[in-house]
Amino acid sequence: MAELSGKYLVGVYDDDDTVLHAVPKLRKAGVKIKEVYSPFPIHGLDEALGHPRTRIGIAAFMFGVTGCCCVLTLMIWTMGFDWPMIIGGKDPISIPNYIPITFEGTVLFTAFGMVITFFISNGLGPGTHFHPRFDVRATDNKFVMAIEMSRNSMSEEEISRALKDSGAEEVNIKQF
Amino acid sequence: MHVTSPVREPLIQGGKTYADVTEDICRHVEATPTKEWKIAFGLSLIVLAYGSACLAWTWWEGLGVWGLNKTVGWAWDITNFVWWVGIGHAGTLISAILLLFRQKWRTSINRAAEAMTIFAVICAASFILMHMGRPWMAYWALPLPNAFGSLWVNFNSPLVWDVFAISTYFSVSLVFWYIGLIPDLATIRDRATSKVSKFMYGTFAMGWDGSAKTWARYEYISLILAGLSTPLVLSVHTIVSMDFATSVIPGWHTTIFPPYFVAGAIFSGFAMVQNLMLITRVVYKLEDYITLEHIETMNKVITLTGSVVGVAYITEFFIAWYGGVEYEYYAFFNRMTGPYWWAYWAMMTCNVISPQLFWSRKLRRNITFTFFISVVVNIGMWFERFVIIVTSLHRDYVPSSWSMFSPTRYDIGDYIFSFGLFFTLFLLFSKYLPVVNMAEVKAVLRSTSAQLPAKIAGVAKVRQRGTAEPVYNKDQE
Repeated sequence: MAELSGKYLVGVYDDDDTVLHAVPKLRKAGVKIKEVYSPFPIHGLDEALGHPRTRIGIAAFMFGVTGCCCVLTLMIWTMGFDWPMIIGGKDPISIPNYIPITFEGTVLFTAFGMVITFFISNGLGPGTHFHPRFDVRATDNKFVMAIEMSRNSMSEEEISRALKDSGAEEVNIKQF
Repeated sequence: MHVTSPVREPLIQGGKTYADVTEDICRHVEATPTKEWKIAFGLSLIVLAYGSACLAWTWWEGLGVWGLNKTVGWAWDITNFVWWVGIGHAGTLISAILLLFRQKWRTSINRAAEAMTIFAVICAASFILMHMGRPWMAYWALPLPNAFGSLWVNFNSPLVWDVFAISTYFSVSLVFWYIGLIPDLATIRDRATSKVSKFMYGTFAMGWDGSAKTWARYEYISLILAGLSTPLVLSVHTIVSMDFATSVIPGWHTTIFPPYFVAGAIFSGFAMVQNLMLITRVVYKLEDYITLEHIETMNKVITLTGSVVGVAYITEFFIAWYGGVEYEYYAFFNRMTGPYWWAYWAMMTCNVISPQLFWSRKLRRNITFTFFISVVVNIGMWFERFVIIVTSLHRDYVPSSWSMFSPTRYDIGDYIFSFGLFFTLFLLFSKYLPVVNMAEVKAVLRSTSAQLPAKIAGVAKVRQRGTAEPVYNKDQE
C-alpha cells in the first residue's frame, strides 16, 4: 500500500446495497474508482470493481506442500537414517505412524504461510498506522468510495454529480 | 437483493443499525471497568494466586505431592488436560465448522467461543507441563538433535503426535482468532479517544482500512483457515484419544475412542460456551445479539453430541461383554460396580440423561435450566475422563498391586490453578476486546434482523471519555 498523494473525491454511502449497485453504474459512466472501503465484506464488490481474483489460495497450497515435505523429511531422516530405531517391531521408517504429524505440519505451514502472505499482500503489519484515510466512518457504519482525480479525465462536478446520482449521501474532497 | 426466510426466527433482535452494532459492542471496551468486573477479576486473581502457590510447591517438591501411586500413575493431571482440551473444541467447531456449513447464528458467539478455545488450550497445556514433573525439560518433547541431551523424539508415539497436535491447534486457533479480530480492532482504533488505546488498538489492527480488495482476500483466507481448522480440531482429540487407545490397558485399548472423544469434546465445549455466554449476555446487555434462538440452537448441539456420547458408552459396554475378553469385561464391569461406581454413575447421569431433557422445547429455552445443565454436563465430562483414566488403572493384572487414588490438596490446588488462569484470561479478553464479532454481525444483519430500520447504517455516536452515556455526534446528523 503506497503512500497516498493528490486529490481525491470521496463518496460516502449509507447502505451496502446502494454502494454495490453504484459501482457498475459509475464505471459505466466512465468514472475510474480507486477503491471502496466498508465496515464488513460486501459480496460481489471486488468483482464489480474489477479487482482480479485473489491468488492467495495458490500460495496456501504451496505452503501446504512445503510443510508436508519438510515434516515428512524430518521424520524419515531422524527415524530412518540419523539414528535408526526399531519400535514395536516396526520398520524404522513406518509411514502410517508419521501421518498424524505430517498432517499437523501441513496445516501449520499452510495457515502461517497464508496469513503472512495475506499481511504482506495487503501491506498490513504492526506499526503501519494506515487509518481509513478517506473517512473514519468506514470501519463503523458507512461505505466509502475513493476516486483519484489525477486518474480521471472527467471534471470534479461531473464525478460529484454521478456519485450523488448513484446514491452517495455526501461527497467530500480529500487532499493529501 | 437480500431475502429473509420467514421460516427461521431472526438472529438479531431490536431493529439494530450498523452504528448500533458498533456502539453496543464497543461500549464495554471503551468504558472504564465496572465494579462487578473488578470484583470478578480480583476473585479470579486470588484463585490464580492460590493455584500458583500449589503449582510452585508441586514443582519445587516434585510429583510426590500428588496422590499418585505405582498403580495409578495418571490421575487428575491427565483428566484435567483432556477436559480442558475438550472444552476448547467448541470454539473451533463454532468458528470453523459452522462457517463451512454457512450457519449465520455463529456470528454472535464465535469470537467469545474462540477466545475460550485459546484459553482452554493454555490451561490444558499447563497440565502437560505439570505432569512432566520437571517442566524445565519440556523441550525434550521437541524434535531437537541428540546433542541437546536426548535422542530424537519417537515419532511413532502418540504422545509426540500430541505435542504437534496441541501446538498446531493452539497456534492455528490463535491466528484464526486474531485474523477475525483485526477489522474490529480497527473499528475500536478509529473510535479511540485516548492516546494509549489509539496506539495499542492501532498497532494490533495492523493498519486495516477495510478496502474491498482486503475484504475479498480476508474472506478467502477465512474460508481456507476454516477448512484447515475443521480436520485439525477433529485430529486433535483423535490424537488425544490415541494416547490411551494405542496402549494395551483394558478399558483404554478400544477403536471407538477417536469419534467418542471428539463428540465428548464438542459436548463439553458447548456446555462451557453456554456458561460463559449466558453470563456475558446479561452483564454486557447483549440479549439482542445472543438471543434465545442462539441458546436453543446450542442446546440442540449439546443434545446431539450428548446422545453420541451416550451411544458410545453403551457400545463400549456391549463390546466389552460381547467381545469375550475377560480382562476387558472386568474393566467395564468394575467401572460400573467396583469401588469407583459413584464416579461411573455420576458420569452416566450427567452425560447421558441430563442432555435428553433438552428434547422439551420449554426446557431448551429456559435460561436458568440451560445454565444448570451446562454445569452438570461439564461435571459429567470431567468424571468421564476420571473414570476412563483412574478406573482403568487402579485394578492391575496382579491383585497385590490393586490400589485406589485419592487426591491431595496439590491435585486439587493445581486444578484450581487452571480455573484461576482461565477466568483471569477470559475476563481480560471480555474487557479489552470486543466479545462479539462486529464485522460479521453487520454482514448478516440485513438478512437476519427482526425488523430492519429505515436507514440501516444508523447514526454513529461518539463517546466522551469518562461519561456513561454516549452522545450523538452533531457533525453527522
